[in-house]
Amino acid sequence: MSAVPPLLSVTDLEKSFAARGSLLRRSGGRRAVAVDGISLEVARGEKLGIVGESGSGKTTLARCLIRLIEPDAGTIEFDGVDVTHAPRAQLQHIRRRMQMVFQDPYSSLNPRVRIGEAIAEPARIHGVVERGGGDAHAQRLLELVGLPATAADRYPRQLSGGQRQRVAIARALSVEPEFLIADEPVSALDVSIQAQILNLLDDLVSSLSLTMVFIAHQLSVVRHVSDRVAIMYLGRVVEIAPAEEIFRSPQHPYTVGLLEAVPRPDPLLRRRSPAIRGDIPSPFDIPSGCRFRTRCKFVEERCASDDPALRTAEPGHEVACHVLPFKPASDVRV
Amino acid sequence: MHAGRPLLSVRDLVTVFPARDRIVCAVNGVSFDLHEGETLGLVGESGSGKSVTCRSLLRLVPEPGEIIGGSIEFDGQDILALPPSALRALRGAQIAMIFQDPMTSLNPVFTVGSQIVEPLRQHRGMSSREAHREAVDLLDRVGIASPSERLRAYPHEFSGGMRQRAMIAVAISCKPKLLLADEPTTALDVTIQDQILSLLLELQAEERMAIVLVSHDLGVIAQTCDRVAVMYAGYVVEEAATTDLFATPKHPYTAALLDALPELAQQRGDRRLVAIKGQPPDLGDLPSGCPFAPRCAHVRPACSEVSMELMPAGDRHSTACPFSEVLG
Repeated sequence: MSAVPPLLSVTDLEKSFAARGSLLRRSGGRRAVAVDGISLEVARGEKLGIVGESGSGKTTLARCLIRLIEPDAGTIEFDGVDVTHAPRAQLQHIRRRMQMVFQDPYSSLNPRVRIGEAIAEPARIHGVVERGGGDAHAQRLLELVGLPATAADRYPRQLSGGQRQRVAIARALSVEPEFLIADEPVSALDVSIQAQILNLLDDLVSSLSLTMVFIAHQLSVVRHVSDRVAIMYLGRVVEIAPAEEIFRSPQHPYTVGLLEAVPRPDPLLRRRSPAIRGDIPSPFDIPSGCRFRTRCKFVEERCASDDPALRTAEPGHEVACHVLPFKPASDVRV
Repeated sequence: MHAGRPLLSVRDLVTVFPARDRIVCAVNGVSFDLHEGETLGLVGESGSGKSVTCRSLLRLVPEPGEIIGGSIEFDGQDILALPPSALRALRGAQIAMIFQDPMTSLNPVFTVGSQIVEPLRQHRGMSSREAHREAVDLLDRVGIASPSERLRAYPHEFSGGMRQRAMIAVAISCKPKLLLADEPTTALDVTIQDQILSLLLELQAEERMAIVLVSHDLGVIAQTCDRVAVMYAGYVVEEAATTDLFATPKHPYTAALLDALPELAQQRGDRRLVAIKGQPPDLGDLPSGCPFAPRCAHVRPACSEVSMELMPAGDRHSTACPFSEVLG
């Protein structure tokens, strides 16, 4: 493709968690697989959306990117620097450049710290502002995220959910990062407020030339903010393509079903039978072969034995499925 | 359409929560009718009063909340006047309810089976053996595989989707005439939500149940409801048949809510999301007149004198906004 190296590249990333044993019962060494061999790249200035249901590993992936969770295997490279093996001081430096916005702005803000201080603190720690420059810095950021200057003296509990998410964004931007990881940033918000925050993120990412990984379970939200979209299922990326394309011609049976399952706000587009049957398998017990086979309409014998790797369906569009590219297109239309 | 008497008729319902220094009015004069076999959606954002309205219907308003006005007539009975024993007999038998989180409504220390068998024995007077057989049938109907083994499982052994299926089995076990569903799929993944909504509609068609479905998700409402009441700050601001409401909203709040939705069919860059400005209302400190006025794109001075009574705005379509012609 292009000769410009990606800003972020993830190779064969793996992470699993040991089952929590109890006093009476040992965990028996069972492990839940959260991220199971993920490779992806994010170009500078790109907005990559990651979609998945619970247990897909999307949040674990996000947290591994800045080593809030230590991956078990694989590498993460940010702007040519190996994040996975970076010593503490270097990691600190990388984290200034890569910031994270979480789903619940209430639990990510200290309830006893005033908003102004919460925003200025990371900038001071990372040496972005001089001693004494914190207040002015906080004011600039409050304005940037559309909050009144008076918000600086307030406590998180005095703000609404949408305002708190603005503060969380201001706090992430406080250290002038290049890369933003937004993990379900609007999932806890009401629709009217969700639109405000999505517009704000959109504006900030373009005006500050940020690169963003945007994680959500809501496809419509992801479509709205992403250049490219990765669909995750049980620890794997099963399909990745430019946003337009994944919504126009989804290839993987899971993506097709997921798109169909979203309740459209249009009573004229009603469906009566569910798009995908069955439950999401337990991450402790991932099916052999293709992990979606237990719920797939197109399942064949080889799906149980062979684990499909991502293959290129179209330039820039990769799918991990044995069967689907050989089915007539009419079967897979949304 | 519905010539007969409604199954449920709510008039001027007022439910309040006393706070330290003021009284918060969570439901402020809500009225609607629901017929047999019909699904009414109550849609709104947090604090709109949709859940409290739903709970008021069974007099299950959490403390210190209190219903202080209005009437609720269900199948010829005045719910607000029923003595506690009659109300208990009604709950679960004629009116059943399912909640957002089935883990909190299923008892963790009893098997799923015992929680289905118990109401069957209580309300339908079945023997233990009959009830057990019926429970197997019910689990099968709600799509739980190997139902007789599953009856012996505890709620924590079920996935979220299976728990909600079990809850639905409990809810329909006594063949209720009315099912109250309060955000029944909000905690579920989208593919599981899709399955549960299909199941509810299927059961409704078989049993001719009426459903009140509370949701914040306009997509869920569009997919499931015959009629919709849109709530804001304790008021119903608009009520209409679902197709009419989505095609021609007659209240600026409904219109704004529809515009704020990122659509799946929408290409990036097609359109900037039209956010609703400002913050959700503080129920203890509402402006006079229309509570949506401070956020409304069409606000005018007369908005502070709006009564919030619903007025006809088309065929079985009503709005609380006297200026709805601005929506075209």
